[in-house]
Amino acid sequence: MIPLSWYLIFAAILFCVGLYGVLVRKNAIAILMGIELMLNSININLIAFWRYRSSDGIAGQAFAIIVFAVAAAEVAVGLALIISIYRRRSSVVADDMNMLKW
Amino acid sequence: MTAEQLIFIIVAAVTLVAGISVVTSRNLIHSALWLILTLFGVAIFYVLLDAGFFAVIQVIIYIGAIAILFIFAAMLTRRVMQDTGPQTNPNWWLGGLIALLLFAGIAFILINWQGFSSLAPELTNPSGRIIQLGLALVSPDQYVLPFELASVLLVAGMIGAIFVAGEKKQ
Amino acid sequence: MNFFSDPITFIANWLGNLLLGWGVTQPVVTVILKFIGAGLVGTFGFSLVIFTIWLERKLYGRIQDRLGPNRVGPWGIFQTFPDMIKIFTKEYITPVGADKVVYNLAPILSVSAVLLTWAVIPFAQTIVGTDVNVGVLYLVAIGGIGALGIILAGYSSNNKYSLLGAFRAVAQIVSYEVPMVLALLVPVLLGRSMGVNSLVNAQSVWFVIMSPIAAFIFFTSSMAETGRAPFDLLEAESELVAGYQTEYSGLKFGMFYVGEFLHAFTISALTATLFLGGWRGPWAEQIPILGTAWFFIKAFIVYFVVVLIRISMPRLRIDQMLNFNWKFLTPLALVLLIVTAVVDKVFYIIIPGFNILNSIIPWVRAGVHLLVNVIIVLITVQILKTHRIKGVQVVGKPRPVAVAPEPPASVIS
Repeated sequence: MIPLSWYLIFAAILFCVGLYGVLVRKNAIAILMGIELMLNSININLIAFWRYRSSDGIAGQAFAIIVFAVAAAEVAVGLALIISIYRRRSSVVADDMNMLKW
Repeated sequence: MTAEQLIFIIVAAVTLVAGISVVTSRNLIHSALWLILTLFGVAIFYVLLDAGFFAVIQVIIYIGAIAILFIFAAMLTRRVMQDTGPQTNPNWWLGGLIALLLFAGIAFILINWQGFSSLAPELTNPSGRIIQLGLALVSPDQYVLPFELASVLLVAGMIGAIFVAGEKKQ
Repeated sequence: MNFFSDPITFIANWLGNLLLGWGVTQPVVTVILKFIGAGLVGTFGFSLVIFTIWLERKLYGRIQDRLGPNRVGPWGIFQTFPDMIKIFTKEYITPVGADKVVYNLAPILSVSAVLLTWAVIPFAQTIVGTDVNVGVLYLVAIGGIGALGIILAGYSSNNKYSLLGAFRAVAQIVSYEVPMVLALLVPVLLGRSMGVNSLVNAQSVWFVIMSPIAAFIFFTSSMAETGRAPFDLLEAESELVAGYQTEYSGLKFGMFYVGEFLHAFTISALTATLFLGGWRGPWAEQIPILGTAWFFIKAFIVYFVVVLIRISMPRLRIDQMLNFNWKFLTPLALVLLIVTAVVDKVFYIIIPGFNILNSIIPWVRAGVHLLVNVIIVLITVQILKTHRIKGVQVVGKPRPVAVAPEPPASVIS
């Protein structure tokens, strides 16, 4: 039998790995990959809590489906933005996208 | 150590190694491939959590669509980012420190929670759950509002992505 | 339970008892049995390919008014074995600069994606690999993995043409997944379940009669997913050399080849299962082995139609193909889905109002759905007629056409 703590600790590690990816990588696409890791760990958390604490209800699963939809939409728009910026500035390094700085 | 715990440990180890390789790999396409392995590991976790529907949805949405998007984007922008220079910021140690501190904080909060080591209760109605989920997403007194908002978000995202990434008509 | 009514459980119990008698613990027995089952499904898939390759080449030959393979064995049925041996013995040439791990992984992914679909197809009421209750979604997921294998093959070959071929192939596959999923939802609506075996059980009236448009859309999109003609731009030999498979030689190319043939037979089997009633037929519930025979007869009939279409139709251009998908199949599938859902719901609201015998309710429901489908087809044909492309505009004077002079009379006689 697997206690709930295993799932939560695993999700926490995956979240922190994703956070490291977001903070440290230069390439904007790699930053988006880190965000995907974080969203996946959140989903595991939601489903684990649903299974272990309230498997009669359906709120956990509905929440997880909404997170799936939001993650998909965000990745699509994010990658579209990156490709559009690449077309104008020929760079995907996040540090070079500093046109709003003053 | 039961068979389930053994499977959990093996899958968790593979997924974490793949996750770490995503953020530390030099080649962006290799990162995308490690990401696919991570997403697949997460899908196996959904199966372990008796949420088989979510496992299949994870494979369809993440691996079948989002991972392919990542590979396309990585290939379309490949000319610029050399794979030989440093892939990380100069302050990478600070990022690692923040991630470690966050993990320590989360672990500390969770360990002091009394439900931390609870075991799984028995499932009451395993076969009717998809019907229950479907009804929950469209019932007016349950979750139809987030469902409709999510569909509006997807349509807006689709139109926005097509507009932003599309070629300008000459 | 005896062997004839439930063969798989019978064999599994016998094997399990044998292993328990040898002192193996129960969880290990379960794992071993599952692995043996998975291996059997995979082996069965591959052994089907040997037969279908021969069948296709013979059909090709006969329809093109020639004999096809007829030297190796009677009617050439062993022709596949020399071909296999030839492909095994060819040299592996890895291109310079290719990404070795990804290069070797791509054909494996491509073939596994096809082989994995055989796990959920029911051969009889009790012979099924695994009866997942989300079987239809599982089929969609596996299609996505197939697309992944193709783009990895194109990228890792370090070849511009492979990359372009892979981009076009993935664009085609991902585009045609949309009407395929929508058409797959129609049997799910009509059969009230997502498990494939439950859908076959629910087909007291075959779904092709209840919704022929869904069968057509699913069949066409699946053929486009596989890359069969007329959608075979992915491997157009005259255009892109061999597309994303250019740099593959020996058994790696053999795996792509086998994967494609197996995929063609798999979509025939899926169409037969979801729309033609699968293993249903006279006496199929009492004798499961007979159910297997019905299933294979139906699958081979659909496969015959697939091969026939491949031989006789010319290739579509990429823009024609994508227009066909986004401007015709997807709106049609969306309309069909909405109309089917509404009609089914209305039917079940109206029916309790009448006193109709319970045994003919499925037929009445089938008749209503068929009528609605015919109406949709008529409306679609009408819309297509009004948007027909007008004739070619002639710009300027037509050029004088050269006419051969009359031969002198002495030549004719």
